[in-house]
Amino acid sequence: MDYSDKVIEHYTNPRNVGKIEDASGIGEVGNPVCGDIMKMFIKVENNIIVDVKFKTFGCGAAIATSSISTEMIKGKTIEEALKLKNTDVVNSLGGLPPVKLHCSVLAEEAIHEAIADYYRKEGKMTEEEIKAKCNLKEHHCEGCNI
Amino acid sequence: MRTIYLDNNATTKTDEQVVEAMMPYLLERYGNPSSIYKIGRESKRAVEEAREKVAQVLNCEASEIYFTSGGSESDNTAIRGIAYSYIKKGKHIITSKIEHPAVLETCKQLEKEGFEVTYIGVKENGIVDLEELKKAIKPTTTLITIMFANNEIGTLQPVEEIGRIAKENNVIFHTDSVQAVGSVEIDVKKLNIDSLSLSAHKFYGPKGVGALYVKKGLQFNKFINGGHQERNKRAGTENVAGIVGLAKAMELAYSNLEEHNKKIKELRDYYVNQIKEKIPYIKINGDMEKRLPGNSNISFRFIEGESLLLNLDLKGICASSGSACTSGSLDPSHVLLAIGLPHEIAHGSLRISIGKYNTKEEIDYVVENLVEIVGRLREMSPLWEKFVEEGNQ
Repeated sequence: MDYSDKVIEHYTNPRNVGKIEDASGIGEVGNPVCGDIMKMFIKVENNIIVDVKFKTFGCGAAIATSSISTEMIKGKTIEEALKLKNTDVVNSLGGLPPVKLHCSVLAEEAIHEAIADYYRKEGKMTEEEIKAKCNLKEHHCEGCNI
Repeated sequence: MRTIYLDNNATTKTDEQVVEAMMPYLLERYGNPSSIYKIGRESKRAVEEAREKVAQVLNCEASEIYFTSGGSESDNTAIRGIAYSYIKKGKHIITSKIEHPAVLETCKQLEKEGFEVTYIGVKENGIVDLEELKKAIKPTTTLITIMFANNEIGTLQPVEEIGRIAKENNVIFHTDSVQAVGSVEIDVKKLNIDSLSLSAHKFYGPKGVGALYVKKGLQFNKFINGGHQERNKRAGTENVAGIVGLAKAMELAYSNLEEHNKKIKELRDYYVNQIKEKIPYIKINGDMEKRLPGNSNISFRFIEGESLLLNLDLKGICASSGSACTSGSLDPSHVLLAIGLPHEIAHGSLRISIGKYNTKEEIDYVVENLVEIVGRLREMSPLWEKFVEEGNQ
Protein backbone atom coordinates (compact mmCIF):
# COMPACT_ATOMS: atom_id res chain seq x y z
CA MET A 1 0.00 0.00 0.00
CA ASP A 2 1.37 3.34 -1.01
CA TYR A 3 1.01 5.39 2.18
CA SER A 4 2.38 8.90 2.69
CA ASP A 5 5.08 9.51 5.31
CA LYS A 6 2.50 11.27 7.46
CA VAL A 7 0.18 8.23 7.41
CA ILE A 8 3.07 5.97 8.32
CA GLU A 9 4.09 8.31 11.10
CA HIS A 10 0.55 8.30 12.54
CA TYR A 11 -0.01 4.55 12.46
CA THR A 12 3.44 4.05 13.92
CA ASN A 13 2.83 6.53 16.76
CA PRO A 14 -0.91 7.09 16.99
CA ARG A 15 -1.92 10.06 19.18
CA ASN A 16 -4.70 10.02 21.77
CA VAL A 17 -5.25 6.28 21.87
CA GLY A 18 -7.49 5.10 24.69
CA LYS A 19 -10.78 5.95 26.30
CA ILE A 20 -12.16 8.74 28.48
CA GLU A 21 -13.94 7.24 31.48
CA ASP A 22 -16.24 10.22 32.04
CA ALA A 23 -16.63 11.14 28.39
CA SER A 24 -19.16 13.81 27.46
CA GLY A 25 -19.90 11.95 24.25
CA ILE A 26 -18.97 8.68 22.55
CA GLY A 27 -19.36 7.94 18.84
CA GLU A 28 -18.87 4.53 17.27
CA VAL A 29 -19.06 3.89 13.53
CA GLY A 30 -18.20 1.09 11.10
CA ASN A 31 -18.60 -2.62 11.67
CA PRO A 32 -16.39 -5.67 12.04
CA VAL A 33 -17.66 -7.25 8.83
CA CYS A 34 -16.07 -4.49 6.77
CA GLY A 35 -12.98 -4.53 8.93
CA ASP A 36 -13.21 -1.00 10.32
CA ILE A 37 -14.61 0.23 13.62
CA MET A 38 -13.83 3.63 15.08
CA LYS A 39 -14.84 4.69 18.54
CA MET A 40 -14.30 8.32 19.50
CA PHE A 41 -14.54 9.70 23.06
CA ILE A 42 -14.82 13.46 23.66
CA LYS A 43 -14.72 15.56 26.80
CA VAL A 44 -16.51 18.89 26.42
CA GLU A 45 -16.18 21.90 28.72
CA ASN A 46 -17.79 25.27 27.92
CA ASN A 47 -18.50 24.14 24.38
CA ILE A 48 -14.83 23.30 23.83
CA ILE A 49 -13.49 19.80 23.20
CA VAL A 50 -10.87 19.73 25.92
CA ASP A 51 -9.94 16.09 25.48
CA VAL A 52 -10.41 13.41 22.85
CA LYS A 53 -9.40 9.75 22.67
CA PHE A 54 -10.05 6.95 20.23
CA LYS A 55 -10.05 3.20 19.78
CA THR A 56 -9.93 1.73 16.30
CA PHE A 57 -10.12 -1.75 14.82
CA GLY A 58 -8.90 -1.43 11.27
CA CYS A 59 -6.11 -0.99 8.79
CA GLY A 60 -3.20 1.44 8.91
CA ALA A 61 -5.24 4.17 7.21
CA ALA A 62 -8.08 3.75 9.72
CA ILE A 63 -5.64 4.15 12.61
CA ALA A 64 -3.90 7.14 10.99
CA THR A 65 -7.15 8.97 10.17
CA SER A 66 -8.44 8.38 13.71
CA SER A 67 -5.21 9.65 15.18
CA ILE A 68 -4.89 12.82 13.11
CA SER A 69 -8.56 13.74 13.42
CA THR A 70 -8.31 13.65 17.23
CA GLU A 71 -5.44 16.12 16.96
CA MET A 72 -7.47 18.31 14.60
CA ILE A 73 -10.46 18.70 16.91
CA LYS A 74 -8.73 18.89 20.28
CA GLY A 75 -9.12 22.41 21.76
CA LYS A 76 -11.71 23.35 19.14
CA THR A 77 -15.29 24.44 19.72
CA ILE A 78 -18.01 21.94 18.84
CA GLU A 79 -19.02 24.03 15.85
CA GLU A 80 -15.44 24.04 14.58
CA ALA A 81 -15.21 20.27 15.07
CA LEU A 82 -18.42 19.73 13.12
CA LYS A 83 -16.95 21.66 10.21
CA LEU A 84 -14.08 19.17 9.90
CA LYS A 85 -14.50 17.37 6.59
CA ASN A 86 -13.03 14.04 5.56
CA THR A 87 -11.13 15.88 2.83
CA ASP A 88 -9.43 18.02 5.51
CA VAL A 89 -8.31 14.80 7.22
CA VAL A 90 -7.01 13.41 3.92
CA ASN A 91 -5.15 16.62 3.14
CA SER A 92 -3.50 16.75 6.56
CA LEU A 93 -2.26 13.22 6.01
CA GLY A 94 -0.71 14.17 2.68
CA GLY A 95 -3.27 12.08 0.81
CA LEU A 96 -4.65 8.53 1.08
CA PRO A 97 -4.77 5.76 -1.52
CA PRO A 98 -8.21 5.84 -3.24
CA VAL A 99 -9.34 2.52 -1.69
CA LYS A 100 -8.68 4.00 1.75
CA LEU A 101 -10.71 7.20 1.38
CA HIS A 102 -13.64 5.62 3.24
CA CYS A 103 -11.46 5.58 6.37
CA SER A 104 -11.45 9.38 6.39
CA VAL A 105 -15.24 9.36 6.01
CA LEU A 106 -15.45 7.08 9.04
CA ALA A 107 -13.29 9.50 11.06
CA GLU A 108 -15.56 12.43 10.18
CA GLU A 109 -18.65 10.40 11.05
CA ALA A 110 -17.18 9.17 14.34
CA ILE A 111 -16.65 12.79 15.43
CA HIS A 112 -20.21 13.72 14.41
CA GLU A 113 -21.62 10.74 16.30
CA ALA A 114 -19.62 11.61 19.43
CA ILE A 115 -20.91 15.20 19.33
CA ALA A 116 -24.47 13.94 18.74
CA ASP A 117 -24.09 11.70 21.79
CA TYR A 118 -22.94 14.72 23.80
CA TYR A 119 -26.03 16.69 22.72
CA ARG A 120 -28.29 13.75 23.59
CA LYS A 121 -26.79 13.54 27.07
CA GLU A 122 -27.17 17.30 27.46
CA GLY A 123 -30.87 16.90 26.62
CA LYS A 124 -31.42 20.37 25.21
CA MET A 125 -32.17 19.41 21.61
CA THR A 126 -34.64 17.08 19.95
CA GLU A 127 -33.31 14.05 18.02
CA GLU A 128 -34.33 15.79 14.79
CA GLU A 129 -32.34 18.90 15.70
CA ILE A 130 -29.32 16.79 16.65
CA LYS A 131 -29.47 14.83 13.40
CA ALA A 132 -29.63 18.03 11.39
CA LYS A 133 -26.88 19.78 13.30
CA CYS A 134 -24.51 16.80 13.29
CA ASN A 135 -25.38 15.73 9.76
CA LEU A 136 -25.86 12.09 10.88
CA LYS A 137 -26.10 9.43 8.21
CA GLU A 138 -28.08 6.22 8.30
CA HIS A 139 -25.33 4.09 6.84
CA HIS A 140 -21.79 4.46 8.00
CA CYS A 141 -20.27 1.99 5.65
CA GLU A 142 -20.60 3.16 2.11
CA GLY A 143 -19.12 -0.09 0.87
CA CYS A 144 -21.64 -2.61 2.14
CA ASN A 145 -24.39 -0.40 3.58
CA ILE A 146 -24.73 -2.43 6.73
CA MET B 1 17.43 -2.68 9.48
CA ARG B 2 17.60 -6.34 8.56
CA THR B 3 14.89 -8.01 6.53
CA ILE B 4 13.23 -11.15 7.82
CA TYR B 5 11.52 -12.74 4.89
CA LEU B 6 8.61 -14.96 5.88
CA ASP B 7 6.46 -14.74 2.77
CA ASN B 8 7.84 -17.71 0.87
CA ASN B 9 4.40 -18.67 -0.47
CA ALA B 10 4.37 -15.29 -2.24
CA THR B 11 7.80 -15.75 -3.77
CA THR B 12 11.25 -16.98 -2.77
CA LYS B 13 14.78 -15.67 -2.91
CA THR B 14 16.52 -17.00 -6.01
CA ASP B 15 19.10 -19.64 -5.09
CA GLU B 16 22.64 -18.55 -5.96
CA GLN B 17 23.26 -21.85 -7.74
CA VAL B 18 20.23 -21.09 -9.91
CA VAL B 19 21.56 -17.65 -10.78
CA GLU B 20 24.96 -19.18 -11.64
CA ALA B 21 23.31 -21.68 -13.97
CA MET B 22 21.39 -18.88 -15.69
CA MET B 23 24.22 -16.39 -16.19
CA PRO B 24 25.90 -18.00 -19.23
CA TYR B 25 22.58 -17.82 -21.09
CA LEU B 26 22.42 -14.08 -20.51
CA LEU B 27 26.06 -13.17 -21.14
CA GLU B 28 27.53 -15.70 -23.57
CA ARG B 29 25.02 -18.14 -25.03
CA TYR B 30 22.40 -15.52 -25.76
CA GLY B 31 21.41 -16.91 -29.13
CA ASN B 32 17.80 -17.36 -30.16
CA PRO B 33 16.94 -21.07 -29.87
CA SER B 34 15.28 -20.88 -33.29
CA SER B 35 18.54 -19.72 -34.94
CA ILE B 36 20.71 -22.09 -36.87
CA TYR B 37 24.22 -21.04 -35.73
CA LYS B 38 26.16 -22.34 -32.75
CA ILE B 39 25.00 -20.02 -29.96
CA GLY B 40 21.42 -20.51 -31.15
CA ARG B 41 21.83 -24.29 -31.09
CA GLU B 42 23.35 -24.04 -27.61
CA SER B 43 20.28 -22.17 -26.40
CA LYS B 44 18.01 -24.72 -28.00
CA ARG B 45 19.92 -27.56 -26.34
CA ALA B 46 19.69 -25.82 -22.95
CA VAL B 47 15.92 -25.51 -23.30
CA GLU B 48 15.56 -29.18 -24.25
CA GLU B 49 17.78 -30.33 -21.40
CA ALA B 50 15.68 -28.26 -19.02
CA ARG B 51 12.56 -29.89 -20.41
CA GLU B 52 14.06 -33.33 -19.75
CA LYS B 53 14.84 -32.41 -16.14
CA VAL B 54 11.34 -31.12 -15.47
CA ALA B 55 9.81 -34.22 -17.10
CA GLN B 56 11.99 -36.47 -14.98
CA VAL B 57 10.80 -34.88 -11.74
CA LEU B 58 7.14 -35.14 -12.75
CA ASN B 59 7.57 -38.63 -14.26
CA CYS B 60 6.34 -37.68 -17.70
CA GLU B 61 7.74 -37.30 -21.21
CA ALA B 62 9.72 -34.18 -22.16
CA SER B 63 7.30 -33.72 -25.05
CA GLU B 64 4.52 -33.23 -22.50
CA ILE B 65 6.15 -30.12 -20.98
CA TYR B 66 5.53 -26.60 -22.33
CA PHE B 67 7.41 -23.63 -20.92
CA THR B 68 5.37 -20.52 -20.14
CA SER B 69 5.76 -17.17 -18.40
CA GLY B 70 4.56 -18.60 -15.08
CA GLY B 71 1.69 -20.11 -13.12
CA SER B 72 -1.02 -17.74 -14.31
CA GLU B 73 -0.22 -18.32 -17.98
CA SER B 74 -0.07 -22.07 -17.45
CA ASP B 75 -3.48 -22.04 -15.74
CA ASN B 76 -5.03 -19.82 -18.38
CA THR B 77 -3.61 -21.93 -21.19
CA ALA B 78 -4.71 -25.25 -19.71
CA ILE B 79 -8.20 -24.23 -18.64
CA ARG B 80 -9.16 -22.19 -21.70
CA GLY B 81 -7.27 -24.44 -24.06
CA ILE B 82 -8.89 -27.64 -22.83
CA ALA B 83 -12.36 -26.12 -22.35
CA TYR B 84 -12.50 -24.95 -25.95
CA SER B 85 -10.94 -28.12 -27.39
CA TYR B 86 -13.62 -30.39 -25.91
CA ILE B 87 -16.57 -28.13 -26.59
CA LYS B 88 -18.28 -30.86 -28.63
CA LYS B 89 -18.51 -33.07 -25.55
CA GLY B 90 -19.81 -30.28 -23.33
CA LYS B 91 -19.27 -26.93 -21.72
CA HIS B 92 -19.21 -27.80 -18.04
CA ILE B 93 -16.17 -27.22 -15.83
CA ILE B 94 -15.73 -28.06 -12.15
CA THR B 95 -13.41 -26.13 -9.88
CA SER B 96 -13.22 -25.29 -6.17
CA LYS B 97 -14.04 -22.16 -4.19
CA ILE B 98 -10.48 -21.84 -2.89
CA GLU B 99 -8.57 -21.66 -6.18
CA HIS B 100 -6.02 -18.99 -6.98
CA PRO B 101 -7.42 -16.04 -8.96
CA ALA B 102 -5.54 -17.33 -12.04
CA VAL B 103 -8.03 -20.21 -12.06
CA LEU B 104 -11.12 -18.52 -10.61
CA GLU B 105 -10.99 -15.51 -12.91
CA THR B 106 -10.39 -17.73 -15.94
CA CYS B 107 -13.46 -19.77 -14.98
CA LYS B 108 -15.53 -16.61 -14.48
CA GLN B 109 -14.47 -15.38 -17.90
CA LEU B 110 -15.47 -18.73 -19.43
CA GLU B 111 -18.89 -18.38 -17.78
CA LYS B 112 -19.27 -15.07 -19.60
CA GLU B 113 -18.37 -16.89 -22.80
CA GLY B 114 -21.16 -19.42 -22.31
CA PHE B 115 -19.53 -22.16 -20.26
CA GLU B 116 -21.08 -23.55 -17.11
CA VAL B 117 -18.86 -23.71 -14.03
CA THR B 118 -19.52 -25.48 -10.71
CA TYR B 119 -17.52 -24.16 -7.76
CA ILE B 120 -17.35 -26.90 -5.14
CA GLY B 121 -16.89 -26.07 -1.49
CA VAL B 122 -14.34 -27.12 1.08
CA LYS B 123 -14.71 -28.49 4.56
CA GLU B 124 -13.78 -26.43 7.61
CA ASN B 125 -10.23 -27.78 7.39
CA GLY B 126 -9.76 -26.36 3.89
CA ILE B 127 -9.91 -29.67 2.01
CA VAL B 128 -12.31 -30.08 -0.93
CA ASP B 129 -15.40 -32.16 -0.42
CA LEU B 130 -15.03 -35.23 -2.66
CA GLU B 131 -18.71 -36.17 -2.34
CA GLU B 132 -19.68 -32.75 -3.63
CA LEU B 133 -17.19 -33.22 -6.47
CA LYS B 134 -18.68 -36.59 -7.47
CA LYS B 135 -22.19 -35.15 -7.43
CA ALA B 136 -21.15 -32.20 -9.57
CA ILE B 137 -20.02 -34.35 -12.51
CA LYS B 138 -22.42 -34.37 -15.46
CA PRO B 139 -22.29 -35.90 -18.95
CA THR B 140 -21.26 -32.47 -20.24
CA THR B 141 -18.34 -32.09 -17.81
CA THR B 142 -15.05 -31.87 -19.68
CA LEU B 143 -12.65 -30.52 -17.09
CA ILE B 144 -12.00 -30.62 -13.35
CA THR B 145 -9.48 -28.01 -12.22
CA ILE B 146 -8.54 -28.20 -8.55
CA MET B 147 -5.36 -26.93 -6.97
CA PHE B 148 -2.73 -29.22 -5.44
CA ALA B 149 -1.94 -26.98 -2.45
CA ASN B 150 -3.70 -23.82 -1.39
CA ASN B 151 -1.66 -20.63 -1.49
CA GLU B 152 -3.20 -19.05 1.62
CA ILE B 153 -3.76 -21.87 4.09
CA GLY B 154 -1.38 -24.41 2.56
CA THR B 155 -3.87 -27.28 2.58
CA LEU B 156 -3.00 -30.23 0.35
CA GLN B 157 -5.93 -31.44 -1.69
CA PRO B 158 -6.61 -35.16 -2.26
CA VAL B 159 -5.19 -34.95 -5.76
CA GLU B 160 -4.83 -38.68 -6.32
CA GLU B 161 -8.49 -39.31 -5.47
CA ILE B 162 -9.63 -36.34 -7.55
CA GLY B 163 -7.59 -37.74 -10.43
CA ARG B 164 -9.18 -41.16 -9.98
CA ILE B 165 -12.69 -39.69 -9.89
CA ALA B 166 -11.93 -37.70 -13.05
CA LYS B 167 -10.54 -40.77 -14.80
CA GLU B 168 -13.51 -42.95 -13.87
CA ASN B 169 -15.83 -40.33 -15.31
CA ASN B 170 -13.77 -39.68 -18.41
CA VAL B 171 -13.12 -36.08 -17.41
CA ILE B 172 -9.77 -34.27 -17.81
CA PHE B 173 -8.06 -33.26 -14.57
CA HIS B 174 -5.92 -30.12 -14.39
CA THR B 175 -4.20 -29.11 -11.16
CA ASP B 176 -2.69 -25.74 -10.36
CA SER B 177 0.41 -27.00 -8.54
CA VAL B 178 2.19 -23.68 -8.22
CA GLN B 179 2.46 -23.99 -4.43
CA ALA B 180 3.12 -27.73 -4.35
CA VAL B 181 6.02 -28.08 -6.77
CA GLY B 182 9.22 -27.87 -4.76
CA SER B 183 7.53 -29.12 -1.58
CA VAL B 184 5.71 -32.30 -2.60
CA GLU B 185 6.70 -35.41 -4.59
CA ILE B 186 4.66 -35.28 -7.77
CA ASP B 187 4.29 -38.28 -10.04
CA VAL B 188 1.67 -37.31 -12.61
CA LYS B 189 1.05 -40.95 -13.59
CA LYS B 190 0.58 -42.21 -10.06
CA LEU B 191 -1.62 -39.22 -9.16
CA ASN B 192 -3.76 -39.45 -12.33
CA ILE B 193 -2.94 -35.87 -13.32
CA ASP B 194 -3.70 -34.90 -16.93
CA SER B 195 -2.48 -31.34 -16.76
CA LEU B 196 -0.42 -29.37 -14.23
CA SER B 197 0.83 -25.80 -13.77
CA LEU B 198 4.03 -24.79 -12.02
CA SER B 199 6.01 -21.62 -11.46
CA ALA B 200 9.76 -21.34 -10.85
CA HIS B 201 9.84 -18.47 -8.37
CA LYS B 202 7.95 -20.47 -5.73
CA PHE B 203 10.89 -22.82 -5.31
CA TYR B 204 13.95 -20.52 -5.40
CA GLY B 205 13.89 -20.08 -9.17
CA PRO B 206 13.50 -16.86 -11.16
CA LYS B 207 10.23 -14.96 -11.66
CA GLY B 208 8.52 -14.86 -15.02
CA VAL B 209 8.96 -18.48 -16.00
CA GLY B 210 6.79 -21.52 -15.47
CA ALA B 211 5.74 -24.72 -17.11
CA LEU B 212 2.63 -26.57 -18.13
CA TYR B 213 2.36 -30.33 -18.32
CA VAL B 214 -0.32 -31.71 -20.61
CA LYS B 215 -0.64 -35.46 -21.07
CA LYS B 216 0.10 -36.78 -24.52
CA GLY B 217 -2.98 -37.18 -26.67
CA LEU B 218 -5.00 -34.45 -24.97
CA GLN B 219 -6.05 -31.51 -27.08
CA PHE B 220 -5.62 -27.90 -26.03
CA ASN B 221 -5.83 -24.75 -28.08
CA LYS B 222 -2.80 -22.51 -28.13
CA PHE B 223 -2.98 -19.42 -26.00
CA ILE B 224 -0.37 -17.15 -27.57
CA ASN B 225 -0.26 -16.92 -31.35
CA GLY B 226 2.89 -16.26 -33.31
CA GLY B 227 5.93 -18.42 -34.04
CA HIS B 228 6.22 -22.18 -33.80
CA GLN B 229 7.98 -22.38 -30.43
CA GLU B 230 6.99 -25.02 -27.86
CA ARG B 231 5.79 -27.40 -30.55
CA ASN B 232 3.48 -24.74 -31.90
CA LYS B 233 1.61 -24.43 -28.61
CA ARG B 234 3.17 -21.29 -27.16
CA ALA B 235 4.58 -18.63 -29.43
CA GLY B 236 7.39 -16.30 -28.38
CA THR B 237 11.15 -16.58 -28.12
CA GLU B 238 11.94 -18.85 -25.20
CA ASN B 239 13.06 -17.28 -21.91
CA VAL B 240 16.21 -19.41 -22.13
CA ALA B 241 17.96 -18.22 -18.97
CA GLY B 242 14.67 -18.44 -17.06
CA ILE B 243 13.97 -21.94 -18.31
CA VAL B 244 17.49 -23.06 -17.35
CA GLY B 245 16.94 -21.47 -13.94
CA LEU B 246 13.59 -23.22 -13.53
CA ALA B 247 15.11 -26.62 -14.26
CA LYS B 248 18.06 -25.98 -11.96
CA ALA B 249 15.74 -24.88 -9.15
CA MET B 250 13.62 -27.98 -9.64
CA GLU B 251 16.65 -30.23 -9.65
CA LEU B 252 17.91 -28.65 -6.41
CA ALA B 253 14.50 -28.88 -4.75
CA TYR B 254 13.99 -32.54 -5.55
CA SER B 255 17.54 -33.66 -4.77
CA ASN B 256 17.00 -32.58 -1.19
CA LEU B 257 13.24 -32.63 -0.69
CA GLU B 258 12.94 -34.64 2.49
CA GLU B 259 15.59 -32.73 4.41
CA HIS B 260 14.25 -29.38 3.18
CA ASN B 261 10.70 -30.23 4.21
CA LYS B 262 11.76 -31.58 7.59
CA LYS B 263 13.67 -28.38 8.40
CA ILE B 264 10.95 -25.94 7.41
CA LYS B 265 8.19 -28.03 8.97
CA GLU B 266 10.07 -28.03 12.27
CA LEU B 267 10.41 -24.24 12.12
CA ARG B 268 6.75 -23.84 11.16
CA ASP B 269 5.57 -26.07 14.00
CA TYR B 270 7.85 -24.23 16.41
CA TYR B 271 6.34 -20.90 15.30
CA VAL B 272 2.74 -22.14 15.61
CA ASN B 273 3.37 -23.65 19.03
CA GLN B 274 5.05 -20.49 20.28
CA ILE B 275 2.07 -18.41 19.14
CA LYS B 276 -0.40 -20.83 20.73
CA GLU B 277 1.52 -20.60 23.98
CA LYS B 278 2.05 -16.84 24.05
CA ILE B 279 -0.99 -15.23 22.41
CA PRO B 280 -4.56 -16.00 23.48
CA TYR B 281 -7.67 -15.82 21.25
CA ILE B 282 -6.19 -17.02 18.00
CA LYS B 283 -7.53 -19.37 15.35
CA ILE B 284 -5.36 -21.63 13.25
CA ASN B 285 -6.75 -21.76 9.75
CA GLY B 286 -6.53 -24.92 7.64
CA ASP B 287 -5.68 -28.54 8.39
CA MET B 288 -2.37 -28.83 10.24
CA GLU B 289 -1.51 -32.29 8.89
CA LYS B 290 -2.46 -32.17 5.21
CA ARG B 291 -0.51 -29.00 4.66
CA LEU B 292 2.55 -27.51 2.97
CA PRO B 293 5.47 -27.81 5.39
CA GLY B 294 6.32 -24.10 5.56
CA ASN B 295 2.84 -22.58 5.62
CA SER B 296 0.99 -21.17 8.62
CA ASN B 297 -2.16 -19.09 8.68
CA ILE B 298 -3.38 -17.75 12.01
CA SER B 299 -6.16 -15.30 12.80
CA PHE B 300 -5.58 -12.97 15.71
CA ARG B 301 -9.01 -12.03 16.97
CA PHE B 302 -10.02 -8.38 17.57
CA ILE B 303 -7.37 -6.93 15.27
CA GLU B 304 -7.11 -6.28 11.57
CA GLY B 305 -4.50 -7.85 9.33
CA GLU B 306 -3.20 -4.87 7.42
CA SER B 307 -2.28 -2.91 10.54
CA LEU B 308 -0.59 -6.06 11.78
CA LEU B 309 1.45 -6.34 8.57
CA LEU B 310 2.40 -2.66 8.68
CA ASN B 311 3.66 -2.99 12.22
CA LEU B 312 5.62 -6.13 11.30
CA ASP B 313 7.08 -4.26 8.33
CA LEU B 314 8.36 -1.56 10.69
CA LYS B 315 10.37 -4.36 12.33
CA GLY B 316 11.65 -5.62 8.99
CA ILE B 317 9.34 -8.64 8.93
CA CYS B 318 7.68 -9.60 5.62
CA ALA B 319 4.43 -11.59 5.79
CA SER B 320 0.93 -11.43 4.32
CA SER B 321 -2.72 -11.35 5.33
CA GLY B 322 -6.16 -12.28 4.02
CA SER B 323 -7.61 -9.02 5.25
CA ALA B 324 -9.80 -7.00 2.88
CA CYS B 325 -7.50 -4.04 3.31
CA THR B 326 -4.65 -5.92 1.72
CA SER B 327 -6.74 -7.21 -1.17
CA GLY B 328 -8.01 -3.84 -2.33
CA SER B 329 -11.63 -4.98 -2.03
CA LEU B 330 -14.12 -4.86 0.82
CA ASP B 331 -14.18 -8.60 1.35
CA PRO B 332 -11.51 -10.58 3.10
CA SER B 333 -9.91 -13.61 1.46
CA HIS B 334 -12.31 -15.90 -0.45
CA VAL B 335 -10.37 -18.87 0.94
CA LEU B 336 -10.92 -17.89 4.57
CA LEU B 337 -14.61 -17.23 3.89
CA ALA B 338 -14.87 -20.64 2.14
CA ILE B 339 -13.62 -22.44 5.27
CA GLY B 340 -16.38 -20.69 7.20
CA LEU B 341 -14.53 -17.93 9.04
CA PRO B 342 -16.67 -14.93 10.00
CA HIS B 343 -15.52 -11.74 8.27
CA GLU B 344 -14.05 -10.16 11.39
CA ILE B 345 -11.85 -13.20 12.08
CA ALA B 346 -10.80 -13.46 8.44
CA HIS B 347 -9.74 -9.80 8.56
CA GLY B 348 -7.26 -10.61 11.31
CA SER B 349 -5.38 -13.39 9.54
CA LEU B 350 -1.63 -13.58 9.17
CA ARG B 351 0.17 -15.91 6.77
CA ILE B 352 3.74 -16.68 7.75
CA SER B 353 5.36 -18.94 5.17
CA ILE B 354 8.76 -20.32 5.98
CA GLY B 355 11.48 -21.14 3.48
CA LYS B 356 14.86 -22.77 3.42
CA TYR B 357 16.76 -19.61 4.35
CA ASN B 358 14.87 -18.98 7.60
CA THR B 359 16.32 -19.69 11.03
CA LYS B 360 14.97 -20.39 14.50
CA GLU B 361 16.46 -17.13 15.70
CA GLU B 362 14.32 -15.29 13.12
CA ILE B 363 11.20 -17.09 14.34
CA ASP B 364 12.00 -16.05 17.91
CA TYR B 365 12.32 -12.44 16.76
CA VAL B 366 8.97 -12.63 14.96
CA VAL B 367 7.17 -14.22 17.90
CA GLU B 368 8.58 -11.64 20.31
CA ASN B 369 7.42 -8.81 18.06
CA LEU B 370 4.03 -10.38 17.38
CA VAL B 371 3.30 -10.66 21.10
CA GLU B 372 4.02 -6.95 21.49
CA ILE B 373 2.19 -5.81 18.32
CA VAL B 374 -0.92 -7.95 18.85
CA GLY B 375 -1.10 -6.73 22.46
CA ARG B 376 -0.80 -3.10 21.41
CA LEU B 377 -3.34 -3.37 18.58
CA ARG B 378 -5.79 -5.13 20.88
CA GLU B 379 -5.42 -2.33 23.44
CA MET B 380 -6.37 0.00 20.60
CA SER B 381 -9.31 -2.13 19.42
CA PRO B 382 -12.92 -1.37 20.39
CA LEU B 383 -13.72 -5.06 19.73
CA TRP B 384 -11.20 -6.11 22.37
CA GLU B 385 -12.55 -3.48 24.77
CA LYS B 386 -16.07 -4.87 24.32
CA PHE B 387 -14.81 -8.43 24.81
CA VAL B 388 -13.05 -7.43 28.03
CA GLU B 389 -16.04 -5.44 29.32
CA GLU B 390 -18.25 -8.46 28.79
CA GLY B 391 -16.10 -10.16 31.39
CA ASN B 392 -14.12 -12.41 29.15
CA GLN B 393 -10.70 -11.27 30.22
